[in-house]
Amino acid sequence: MDQLFNRKYIVQGLFIVIALILLGKLFYIQIISDAAFVSAESNVLRKIYKYPARGAILDRNMKVIVQNEPVYDLMVTPNEVKPFDTLALAQALDITFEDVRKNLKKARGKSSYQATPFLKQISVQSYARLQETLYRFPGFRTQDRTIRHYPDSVGGQLFGYVKEVSPVDIEKSEGFYKPGDYKGKSGLEFSYEETLRGEKGVINTVYDAHNTPQGSYADGKYDVNAVSGERLISGIDMRIQKLGEELMMNKVGAIVAIEPASGEILSLISSPGYDPNLLVGRNQGNNYMEFIVGNPYRPSLVRPIMGYYPPGSSFKPVDALIGLQEGVIDPNTTFFCPHYYQAGNRKIKCEHFDGSISLRRGIARSCNTYFCYVFQKLITKNGMKNQRQTYQEWRDKVAKFGFGSKLDIDMPYERKGYFYTADHYDKIYGKRWGYTNVISQAIGQGEITATPLQMANAMAIIANRGYYLKPHLIKGIGDKNLVKKEYVVKNYVGVDARHFEPVIDGMQDAVNTSWGTAILSRIPDVVLCGKTGTVQNPHGKNHSVFIGFAPRDNPKIAIAVIVENAGYGSTYAAPIASYMIEKYLKGSVSGARAAQVEWMKNQNLLPVLKDKTKAVKLTKADSLLLKKADSTKRVKDSLRIKSATIKQTVTTKPKEFKSVIIDKPVIQK
Amino acid sequence: MQQQQGNRFFFNVDWITVLIYIALCAIGFVNIYASVPPEQTTVFGFSTLYGKQLIYIITGLILGLSILLFDGRLFNVFSPFIYGGTLLLLMAVLVIGNKVAGNQAWIAIGSFKLQPAEFAKFGTALLLARYVGAFNPKFRDVKSIMIAGLIVAAPLLLIMLQPDTGSALVFLAFMFPLYREGLSGYFLLIFLGMIVLFIADFLVPTYILIIIITTIAGLFIYNNRRKQKIIFSTVLVTVFAIGYLFLIKIAYEKVLAPHQRSRIELMLGLKTDNKGAGYNVIQSQIAIGSGQGTGRGFLQGTQTKYGYVPEQSTDFIFSTIGEEWGFMGCSVVIGLYMFLLLRLVNLAERQRSTFSRVYGYSVACILFFHVFINIGMTIGIIPVIGIPLPLISYGGSSLWSFTILLFIFLKLDSNRMGFI
Ligand SMILES: [Zn+2]
Repeated sequence: MDQLFNRKYIVQGLFIVIALILLGKLFYIQIISDAAFVSAESNVLRKIYKYPARGAILDRNMKVIVQNEPVYDLMVTPNEVKPFDTLALAQALDITFEDVRKNLKKARGKSSYQATPFLKQISVQSYARLQETLYRFPGFRTQDRTIRHYPDSVGGQLFGYVKEVSPVDIEKSEGFYKPGDYKGKSGLEFSYEETLRGEKGVINTVYDAHNTPQGSYADGKYDVNAVSGERLISGIDMRIQKLGEELMMNKVGAIVAIEPASGEILSLISSPGYDPNLLVGRNQGNNYMEFIVGNPYRPSLVRPIMGYYPPGSSFKPVDALIGLQEGVIDPNTTFFCPHYYQAGNRKIKCEHFDGSISLRRGIARSCNTYFCYVFQKLITKNGMKNQRQTYQEWRDKVAKFGFGSKLDIDMPYERKGYFYTADHYDKIYGKRWGYTNVISQAIGQGEITATPLQMANAMAIIANRGYYLKPHLIKGIGDKNLVKKEYVVKNYVGVDARHFEPVIDGMQDAVNTSWGTAILSRIPDVVLCGKTGTVQNPHGKNHSVFIGFAPRDNPKIAIAVIVENAGYGSTYAAPIASYMIEKYLKGSVSGARAAQVEWMKNQNLLPVLKDKTKAVKLTKADSLLLKKADSTKRVKDSLRIKSATIKQTVTTKPKEFKSVIIDKPVIQK
Repeated sequence: MQQQQGNRFFFNVDWITVLIYIALCAIGFVNIYASVPPEQTTVFGFSTLYGKQLIYIITGLILGLSILLFDGRLFNVFSPFIYGGTLLLLMAVLVIGNKVAGNQAWIAIGSFKLQPAEFAKFGTALLLARYVGAFNPKFRDVKSIMIAGLIVAAPLLLIMLQPDTGSALVFLAFMFPLYREGLSGYFLLIFLGMIVLFIADFLVPTYILIIIITTIAGLFIYNNRRKQKIIFSTVLVTVFAIGYLFLIKIAYEKVLAPHQRSRIELMLGLKTDNKGAGYNVIQSQIAIGSGQGTGRGFLQGTQTKYGYVPEQSTDFIFSTIGEEWGFMGCSVVIGLYMFLLLRLVNLAERQRSTFSRVYGYSVACILFFHVFINIGMTIGIIPVIGIPLPLISYGGSSLWSFTILLFIFLKLDSNRMGFI
């Protein structure tokens, strides 16, 4: 009996063990893991987001150049949907019967009790129509949103575009962005995303197990009102931005205009451009494939900041300035130009037989010989043995003008250009190399490349007589018009102000004297100083380049214009620059020149697409986009269009086309 | 005179147990009140769940106190009749019972619903206690095991026919009083082994289990190779174990209903199902887990308030406790149960009569099975078996049957000095 009495402890022990097991599991799910807590919140909470309006963008004359338009997303909560007249809904939304069924099925796949988009970005007109009948479709509700509108229909690359965030964006933002949010993907929309986007509002509503709303959560303690994005004031002058884009119609190239005193960019044009409104709304994807990816002249390459061009003759003023500062020449130094320059077995041709030529005239006539001598003197000033070091010193001085590095413009994807260091040449030539190996850089050819932005900035430096402010597109952020600190700092280039006058004399002559290279681009009553360039292009016809600033005293605008494959700088680039400057300074292009503007607009200088393989070669961004969507028929179509386009353009120059907006070859059957 | 009589009736009653009983009932009422959707709590009425529960508690208390007025010996004397009566009710429910959720468990008398399975527990406990008390078998022989087994198996099988697997399972609790009275511990081990093999059979391929079992058996036989008797019984056990493995598979496919199968698979983590059979368990665990340390507070549980846990006032009442009172509240409730169970065992041990002791053990173990299975189910360590949490879950039949079960023992205990 006593033995059996002990069994009491076994029974009681079992009770205690089981109780501890229960408490252990409870301890885990209640104290250690918070998974249940999170699930409980998501059970009862539904968030309804209020999307803020993005900030507007104004130009320098306070004209609105980017604004918002209301649109509506039709949301559906699948398990609240009751049988409805599908045809009526399709008609109200102007979509097909099939679309309704397809979209509903898609929404069901995402969530049955959360509201998911049924049809995005319904226009105000369709919304008005829908509003009257919406009560007939339980489970559907509309969600206010805004989309971008660009009143002037120009500046595609400048403004960039806004798009719904991708899973990658969401991941990168560490959860800041939620599916359904929009985000600036390029251009100003991208760089000022944080200012423009505003703050999303949210209303937390508690729902019971039957999905019936039970009022606000915690008396609205966690609700947030939407805050609109802040406005931006840009340095852009929409008048010349628009004029520039029209002038560049049917041409490939870039224009950058800067206000020298402030570094504010007055105009930034990439051609071919496109209407930014194409990348807004429901057809964004299709239009992107058709007009951006589908255009063989690659509008996705933002040429003012990504295009690499040898600076050519426009580089000569920089040579002269460093020569003067280093004392290897003075304003009266002359060299003899027998139609060429020769160093060892290297011969560089000059356009003219200039004879004995001075600095001022050398710049005005763009004498290659003169600047090769300047370069030779600079590199050999410490004797033949120290050329490597003097080259590097020269390179560093040129780099101060902004070549070979990014200027940190407030736009994404800026590139820095090629400008080799002495180390780099060591790799090519070994230790034994001298000025003769790199002489082509004297005239801005050869290994050196620069972006149009860097060229325009070099002009701003000359206009300012020795310094620049970082070129930037936005000069005022928000209602307080904040300016970024780095945009008010003067960056000196190490050349004394007095050395600029002789160089500017030469640039003035280039435009305003009979022996200059750009005399056809004179502007009445304005002293335009400039420099043409005819840049040799290994891939085809020479690029036409003009850089300059105006007026000579107290300059208001510095500019760089590049027209690809257009030949002489004086024929296209210089006139285009002069029209821009005249419009900016005087408000309009006057007299006979007004007709020239129209003539220029009508010039089709689109290069012939010679090589099929080269033409289909896409930029990295393009091909990435293609890859992403390559399963859709749309892409196949656009590829088909493209290859058709290319076949067509192999033999003939693309036809000029009537559309005012898009520079894209027309397909001929 | 009145006073004296009162003293005679309530003399020696273990009031601590009564207090715990009242505390658990009160906890039940509070949490049933919280489990009712908010719009129904504005008016206090006896038509609401908590209103009804209050009636059940009051009548239950009256019932319990009136049991104390009986002469304890009557329960011993009448145990065969009570047992027989409950068996008859169990048979009746199969014929005239109302189907609720596929189970034929209820007899409706007017608006009053009776669940005979609840009352079969104390009927069985009484008869088993009487058998052991009268014959004092030590369960060394097959005959006494058979008789005791029969007493338990008869109601168990009838309840299985309803079918109400959960309530039937509770009858396995009677193994413990029998063990206390001398049944070999091997029966418990075999029982435990069967459960382990049952679970293992789902998680591990059968042939691997067979290899493991035969290897262990082989080693065991090798170690005891001189003892023929051990070799013989080991072989026997091994054969049975392997046969059992196959039996499980067959029974699982042929006998269990699909919803029972999926409950087992869910519990073992073999499949997940957020909407179907797994919904209750997932929602219950979410509610309990979201209570965290100290709970969201009375009437503040969102999962409870907005009805995310189905059957919350009955089988899943523990999820309300977990959400609104947190780990603290859960510990208090489990602590109260443990205190009650350990006390009942201690009380049972102080009885002079075997009848009272066996009955006391039966009460403790039945309560233990209910608590373990119910709470285990709400936190997902046991498959969904629909049995109530004693004294806390909503429902008259369950509350009253536990009251009767408990108060009969309290009466027997108060009479422990006398001879029954
Ligand atoms: Zn010359």
